[in-house]
Amino acid sequence: MKLNKVFKATVLGAAAAGILAACGGSSETKGGISPQKMADALHMVMASDRTVYTKLIVNRLVKEDKVIKASEHWKDDKALVLPAQMFRYGAEMVSEKGADFNYSLLSLWPVNKQNSPKTDVEKTGLKYIADNPGKNYYSEETLGDTKYFTAIYADTGVAPACISCHNEHKDSPRTDFKLGDVMGGVVIRIPVDS
Amino acid sequence: MTTNNKKLWWIWLFGTIVLMVYFTSKLLISDEDKKVFLPGNTTHGHYQIEMNCSACHSDSFSSAEDIQKSCMNCHAEELKIADDSHPKSKFTDPRNASIVAKLDARLCVTCHTEHKPEITGDMGLTVPVDVCVVCHDDIEEDRPSHKGMGFETCASAGCHNFHDNTALYEDFLLKHANESNLLKTITTRKTDIHSRIKYARNYPVKKYPNQKLASSDKDSPSMVKVDPKIVEQWSTTAHSSGGVNCTACHNVKNAQGIVQWQDKPGFKSCSNCHDSEFKGFTEGKHGMRIAQNMTPMKPGLSRSEMKSTAHDKQLTCNSCHRSHNFDVVYAATTSCLQCHNDKHSLAYKNSSHFKFWNNETISGGESVKGVSCATCHMPKIEKKFIDGEKHFVVQHNQNENLRPNEKMIRSVCMDCHGLEFSINALADQDLIDNNFQGQPKIHIKSIDMAVERVEKKSK
Repeated sequence: MKLNKVFKATVLGAAAAGILAACGGSSETKGGISPQKMADALHMVMASDRTVYTKLIVNRLVKEDKVIKASEHWKDDKALVLPAQMFRYGAEMVSEKGADFNYSLLSLWPVNKQNSPKTDVEKTGLKYIADNPGKNYYSEETLGDTKYFTAIYADTGVAPACISCHNEHKDSPRTDFKLGDVMGGVVIRIPVDS
Repeated sequence: MTTNNKKLWWIWLFGTIVLMVYFTSKLLISDEDKKVFLPGNTTHGHYQIEMNCSACHSDSFSSAEDIQKSCMNCHAEELKIADDSHPKSKFTDPRNASIVAKLDARLCVTCHTEHKPEITGDMGLTVPVDVCVVCHDDIEEDRPSHKGMGFETCASAGCHNFHDNTALYEDFLLKHANESNLLKTITTRKTDIHSRIKYARNYPVKKYPNQKLASSDKDSPSMVKVDPKIVEQWSTTAHSSGGVNCTACHNVKNAQGIVQWQDKPGFKSCSNCHDSEFKGFTEGKHGMRIAQNMTPMKPGLSRSEMKSTAHDKQLTCNSCHRSHNFDVVYAATTSCLQCHNDKHSLAYKNSSHFKFWNNETISGGESVKGVSCATCHMPKIEKKFIDGEKHFVVQHNQNENLRPNEKMIRSVCMDCHGLEFSINALADQDLIDNNFQGQPKIHIKSIDMAVERVEKKSK
C-alpha cells in the first residue's frame, strides 16, 4: 500500500514536471500541451489509481472477503485507509514535494464539511458535473494572487463499499446514493499566467 | 573640512570603535553577556538554547521559510505522530488562499513568534486565544451545541487542540464514553532492550553477544584499578546479564581515531545502544542543549522551580541513571525529585500514585500499578523500527506529552483511567498541583456533547 502511494506520487510528480515544462506554465500552448490536456492526463492517472484501490483493495477485502475493515481512524482501528483518505494523502504528498498543481476531492454532499465547495468555480463545477453525467467542467479563477486553470471531474460510486459507507455514515448529508451515482468531484488546479 | 567637523568625525569614529569593542566582547564572553543581543526573552520551549541563535536562525537575516525549516528540524516528527489536525498542506491548498491572507498558518511563527514575551501566552501562542474564529466562525451551523460558546474556549482543556486531537476526536470520545474512573483492566507496557539491540548499528554485538556475564568475566584492562563495588553494581544490571562488558562502554575512539580506555566515557557511549532514548533526551528540555552542541543543561538555568542544591548539576544520562548500577527505579523518581521543586513534584510522595509505586518497587508488595514521575512524564511508547517491528521504548523527551497536557491522555492516563476521568483530571489545576489526590472538581462536557449529538442524529 505504501509502495503504491509512493509510486503514484512519483508518477504524478514526473508527469506534472514534464507536462509543466512542455506547456511552460502558461495557458498558451505554444507547441506544448494545454493546461486542460495536462489536467485531463493527471485525472486519468488519479481516477485509475483511485478505482483500483477502491475495487481491488477496499471493496474486495471489506465487502467480498470480509477480512478487514476500512476506517477513517485506520491507525486506531488497525484498518484500511478509506479511499478518500488515500486520495487526500497522495494529494498532500504531492503538495509537500512542491508541485505547482494541486488537486482535491470535493462534494456537494461531503461527510466532512470541509470538503464542501468553497469557491464560485467549485460550486458551479460540482453542480455541472452532477447534472451532466460524463461531462467535465473547466474554468479559470484567481485565488490569492494566483490565476488557476481549474478542472472538475465527476467522481462516481464505483463499488458497493463507496455506497454503503456514505449512506450509513452519521455525518453524511445524503443517504440515497446508488452504484454509478456522481458522489463528488475531483478538482485539479494548475497555475497559469494572468 | 572645518576644525569642528574634524572633531565630530573623531568623536563618531571613537564612539563606533567603543561600541564595536563592547558588542564584540559580549560575543566572546559568557552566554549571560550575549543576552544583550536578544531582541526579547524567548519562550519556555526555547530559552535553553537561546544563545545558539543559529539553532533557529540558520543564517543571518534568515527568511521566514528558513526559520520554518528550523522549526521542522525539531518538531516535524511529533506533528506527524500527532496526526496534525492543521497540517501545512491544508493551507497550501489554493482554495484556502483567503484564509492564509488572514492567518498564514503555513508558517509556525505566525502563531508562535519568538522573542515577544509581552504577547506570549500558553503553548507559546502569540496570537489571540480566540484565533479559531478566523476559519470556524460558522461552527454553530454544523454544531448547534456550540452556540454561545466563546472562541476563546475552543482550546479549553479537554475540548480541542490545534495540532494534536488524537485523544479528543469525536469518534474517540464516543468509543470511550461511559468508562469508569478506574478501568478494570490495567495496561502494562514493557520495554526489552535485548529484543531491539539489532537496531543499534554502532554496537558490536559479535564482540559482546547477548549472554550473561559474571563478575569474573569483566574485561577492564589490567592496568585499570576497578573498585569492587563498581563490579558488584555492574553485575546486578541488565548490562552484565546482556553481555555488555566494561570495554563496551569504556573503550572509546579518541580524536586520532585510536580506541582507548576512558574512565568516564560520557553520553556518547550510551547513545551507541540506547539511540532511541538518547534521541528523545536531546529533543526534550533536559538534553536539547546537547543537541545544539552547547554545554549540558543545569537545573540552575531552568525557569521551573528547582532545588538550590541541584543548580550546578549537569544533565547527562548518568545524572539520572547514575553509572554502573543504572537503577531505573531510582531514575524514575528519586532522580527527578533531587532537582524538581514545584508544587506538583513536592506533592508526589503524598499521592496514591506514589503509594502504589512504593508498594510495587520498594516494598515488593502486590500492586495494581505503581506510578512514578517517569510513568507519566517519560512514558513507554510504541515505536516502529526500520523493519516495521514495533517495540516499546521509554520516551526520554519529557516535554513530548506535557503541553497541552491532553497529549498525556492516551500514552499515560488511559492505561488505568477512563477517558472522561482523565480529561477532567487534566483540566483541574488544583488536582494537578496536589498530584492527583482526590477527585476532579471540573467536568468537561466534550463526551456528553458527542453522545448527545449522535443520539439526536439517530432519532
